[in-house]
Amino acid sequence: MSATSPNPSLGLQSKRWNGLRNILEREGPFCKDDFSPSPDNLEFLQTKCKVLVIGAGGLGCELLKDLALMGFGDLHVIDMDTIELSNLNRQFLFRRSDIGASKAECAARFIQNRLPTCRVTPHFAKIQDFDDTFYQQFHIIVCGLDSIVARRWINGMLLSMLRYDSDNTIDVSSIIPMIDGGTEGFKGNARVILPGFTACIECTLDLFPPQVNYPLCTIANTPRLPEHCIEYVKIIQWDKENPFNVPLDGDDPQHLAWVYERALERANQFNITGITYRLVQGVIKHIIPAVASTNAVIAAACATEVFKIATSCYDSMANYLNFNDLDGIYTYTYEAEKSDTCLACSNAPQVLPIEDPNTTTLEDVIKLLCESARFQLKSPGLTTVFQDGKKKTLYMANVKSIEEATRKNLTQSLGELGLQDGQQLTVTDATSPTAMTLQLKYQTNEIEMN
Amino acid sequence: MIKLFSLKQQKKEGEQSARGGQQKKASAAQLRIQKDINELNLPKTCATEFPDPDDLLNFKLIICPDEGFYRDGRFIFNFRVGSNYPHEPPKVKCATQVYHPNIDLEGNVCLNILREDWNPVLTISSIVYGLQFLFLEPNPEDPLNKEAADVLQCNRRQFEVNVKKAMRGGYVGETYFECCLIK
Ligand SMILES: [Zn+2]
Repeated sequence: MSATSPNPSLGLQSKRWNGLRNILEREGPFCKDDFSPSPDNLEFLQTKCKVLVIGAGGLGCELLKDLALMGFGDLHVIDMDTIELSNLNRQFLFRRSDIGASKAECAARFIQNRLPTCRVTPHFAKIQDFDDTFYQQFHIIVCGLDSIVARRWINGMLLSMLRYDSDNTIDVSSIIPMIDGGTEGFKGNARVILPGFTACIECTLDLFPPQVNYPLCTIANTPRLPEHCIEYVKIIQWDKENPFNVPLDGDDPQHLAWVYERALERANQFNITGITYRLVQGVIKHIIPAVASTNAVIAAACATEVFKIATSCYDSMANYLNFNDLDGIYTYTYEAEKSDTCLACSNAPQVLPIEDPNTTTLEDVIKLLCESARFQLKSPGLTTVFQDGKKKTLYMANVKSIEEATRKNLTQSLGELGLQDGQQLTVTDATSPTAMTLQLKYQTNEIEMN
Repeated sequence: MIKLFSLKQQKKEGEQSARGGQQKKASAAQLRIQKDINELNLPKTCATEFPDPDDLLNFKLIICPDEGFYRDGRFIFNFRVGSNYPHEPPKVKCATQVYHPNIDLEGNVCLNILREDWNPVLTISSIVYGLQFLFLEPNPEDPLNKEAADVLQCNRRQFEVNVKKAMRGGYVGETYFECCLIK
């Protein structure tokens, strides 16, 4: 290790980057068209390129290590979790004395100490705590998440940050590429998502393995596995007996102990063996044992994609890599297709000019949507989300109880409904398999306040 | 392949973005449920009720079967759609106490597409039809209420009598059922 100097310019000249220089400063037959060999490429990597790593767990530790060793000089990492004893076998940036501390902060400190040329900024927070102004600052985002909800959220965020030109094509400079890694035991995948251009998380939602759910009647009447007994306590007995008067929390040791006791009783009743506290924890929290080598392979594939995009030295993987090392090693890469009916990414906002928000009523807007040649909708349902996150159903003719409750909105003006210039309305209609986003554009910018 | 990095410049926090922190966008689960609800084509025996019309994620389904064992009954189901819809199915519970082989006394429902056979291409509509079918063809093979299932299997006449008794309001065995008849 020669890069021990905290001075980045020394780091830049260090011999350790010679390998990268060979790639980034020389022409090659496989380079991308727009690649120009130059010392600037390495400098961009080390001083300008800003990469966000989401998750500092099994994949996150690998990703941070890989990216830092590859020469990236400005990394951010988000993780809301704290370190637990059971993490230490594979989350190698953490030590026993770190138990209880923030994963993001510990990981950042470790990388920073080991590779002073790399600056790592930790965020001990949820991804949902930040808005687009935060995500905007990154060139590339790479995810090492174990949650589908979180993936879907960041996917939606990056899609919502796309800017469109007047002819509704995407402004390329508004794209933030997302590299997504995922592992489950011996299986893993890595994918490259260019929001708005290639298949997004929602386009391929059915590729995620479904949660294991046992039939309710089996759980209730003919349990055969220890898992059936635990699920029984979780689904049926907890609600019935409501021991702590709160929903079951998989992180509360008291709750887990209660479930363990009851599951054990039930298992004994049916002559089933194998209930352990660990299994209870696993079933309640849907834990699948993590395999360190799978994380290492997937993180390496992801880091390579980050490097390729950041330097343009080679085409990105197109676009979905499957990996399995259960029995030998199997990989397969194919191009997941962007879905034309994807509710998330085939839904570019359409600008709807409004002459005067104080005289235009909701009914006028709906009439326009149904009668104009541009839209030709049949019976649209309209909702919106206000700036404070509050959702509002504006009108929906098809559902009797909603129609009755929202009918009064029809005669109100957009101003009276509190709709702002630039606000987005979500419109669904039987004529389209996708949802449409309408962006209001007020010609007169003032809303009269009564 | 598009040319991505015309952005070899420094990015700055707080730079003007598409939304400028202004417009909020509906989540993917929200978009999908709006689509499902707006296109819900209910059979005439079913109706939905939204206690809060601004909240499309929590609603009630009311089924009033017009044939079969449960004719003239009125059964209410509570739907709770989570933020991971449609990767995960909605949580559905029966709020009306019913004497039924596939619905237990706590309102848990044994319907395959609510658990093991759920898949993201299914919709709220699929569940509505599944629940409606449960009332037309109660299935003693997958019991949640084992007593009711045993009676249905051994003695259909007795099962019918028990269902009527429960719907009118009264005891079936040890269990008291509230009246749930329409008239
Ligand atoms: Zn998509």
